[in-house]
Amino acid sequence: MSFFGFGQSVEVEILLNDAESRKRAEHKTEDGKKEKYFLFYDGETVSGKVSLALKNPNKRLEHQGIKIEFIGQIELYYDRGNHHEFVSLVKDLARPGEISQSQAFDFEFTHVEKPYESYTGQNVKLRYFLRATISRRLNDVVKEMDIVVHTLSTYPELNSSIKMEVGIEDCLHIEFEYNKSKYHLKDVIVGKIYFLLVRIKIKHMEIDIIKRETTGTGPNVYHENDTIAKYEIMDGAPVRGESIPIRLFLAGYELTPTMRDINKKFSVRYYLNLVLIDEEERRYFKQQEVVLWRKGDIVRKSMSHQAAIASQRFEGTTSLVAEEWGLPCPKWQGETQAREATSLGVLDVVL
Amino acid sequence: MSDTAVADTRRLNSKPQDLTDAYGPPSNFLEIDIFNPQTVGVGRARFTTYEVRMRTNLPIFKLKESCVRRRYSDFEWLKNELERDSKIVVPPLPGKALKRQLPFRGDEGIFEESFIEERRQGLEQFINKIAGHPLAQNERCLHMFLQEEAIDRNYVPGKLATHPLA
Repeated sequence: MSFFGFGQSVEVEILLNDAESRKRAEHKTEDGKKEKYFLFYDGETVSGKVSLALKNPNKRLEHQGIKIEFIGQIELYYDRGNHHEFVSLVKDLARPGEISQSQAFDFEFTHVEKPYESYTGQNVKLRYFLRATISRRLNDVVKEMDIVVHTLSTYPELNSSIKMEVGIEDCLHIEFEYNKSKYHLKDVIVGKIYFLLVRIKIKHMEIDIIKRETTGTGPNVYHENDTIAKYEIMDGAPVRGESIPIRLFLAGYELTPTMRDINKKFSVRYYLNLVLIDEEERRYFKQQEVVLWRKGDIVRKSMSHQAAIASQRFEGTTSLVAEEWGLPCPKWQGETQAREATSLGVLDVVL
Repeated sequence: MSDTAVADTRRLNSKPQDLTDAYGPPSNFLEIDIFNPQTVGVGRARFTTYEVRMRTNLPIFKLKESCVRRRYSDFEWLKNELERDSKIVVPPLPGKALKRQLPFRGDEGIFEESFIEERRQGLEQFINKIAGHPLAQNERCLHMFLQEEAIDRNYVPGKLATHPLA
């Protein structure tokens, strides 16, 4: 099978109709490089043409059919043979026959469902791509073009703060608070740590962002933890009554939205890990999940200046915002409120 | 992006700190010194003891000041007790120096001044690391080691009674 479109005699290119106006987004490839791909959202139409260029204009190309497919698939690295396709659309472009001159075939996949965001991770990859195939007796000519899909959400209706008292009895009691439980990718984590009891010798405190990628099901579940960020928030020994502020800008880090049980194949979740380190290098930590979501970049054009300011102050949702974007915005699944703990939660200690 | 500007400048409400808390003595004072090594006994029955002096204001320790004499094997006993009963990773002790105990050495062996000083430093590091660990502070063997005159090897191992939160 020749995968690069450069078959013996024909060059295949896939071109999008809106290539000029469509935005491109950076996405990491499997080997860590960053490349730009055309950006699509759920429900958008994918249309363009497949152009065939005969290398030798005198030689005709015999084929068993030409088609174009739009595929969304999940690939688990430990099981490369099996691709799980969750979107698979096909359009026939030509019946079996002959190509005697270079030509282009138009195609349109209308209002394609793209339920999940593109993701390239440590053990799993979710990608969307167009694949043009010229079937032939001995070997097909195939050309693929990857695209990137982003899933957008709106400001959640319920976004309570996370506030908890944790510690080790009679040694260390702290109360930590994060202003929200759901953050968008360019958001700021505003919080504080309040020391109620300090009977250990603390040297410094940091907050880490941990990404956990979970693949597999049942007994074969595998978690891959990756510390995306380490951010020192305190240097020195605190005493009782001290309040340490947290202000962590998420835009500086490589983050994706939280992805829960995608097609029952994998999940990507994020945790804030508050770590206190004492003078003997002992680490005391408390991990807390936060939900990350992607906010659309589209500017609100038709709102009056006053209304714009009012909506900025009001951190809750406005259905007006969703309509402005004109994009389907999925509902938040499984709303749970972060409960205010009334009893002392456990702070883990690792020596 | 100006809606994030509102979040940036916002601060969460925090209680103002009591000045007595801010400028008062810290509640985590714990210092253990190991000093004054003395070799007791004669001939082959000699051994070295070290003074273990502790000063603290942690309420978990019954005495705010204590001073006891301990030998190397007592430290070994403490390490074994903690390794068996507590879940912590116990730091290493300075070496046993078996080679120094063989006969026909040119020097004083384990009673050599430089060796005793080396061992003293290692024991000091060891005990300070242990005594500050919240889980070790729960073990009766640690309190017996630091604050009781003699170590009762036939004691009943266990945790200190934990106080329920009010």
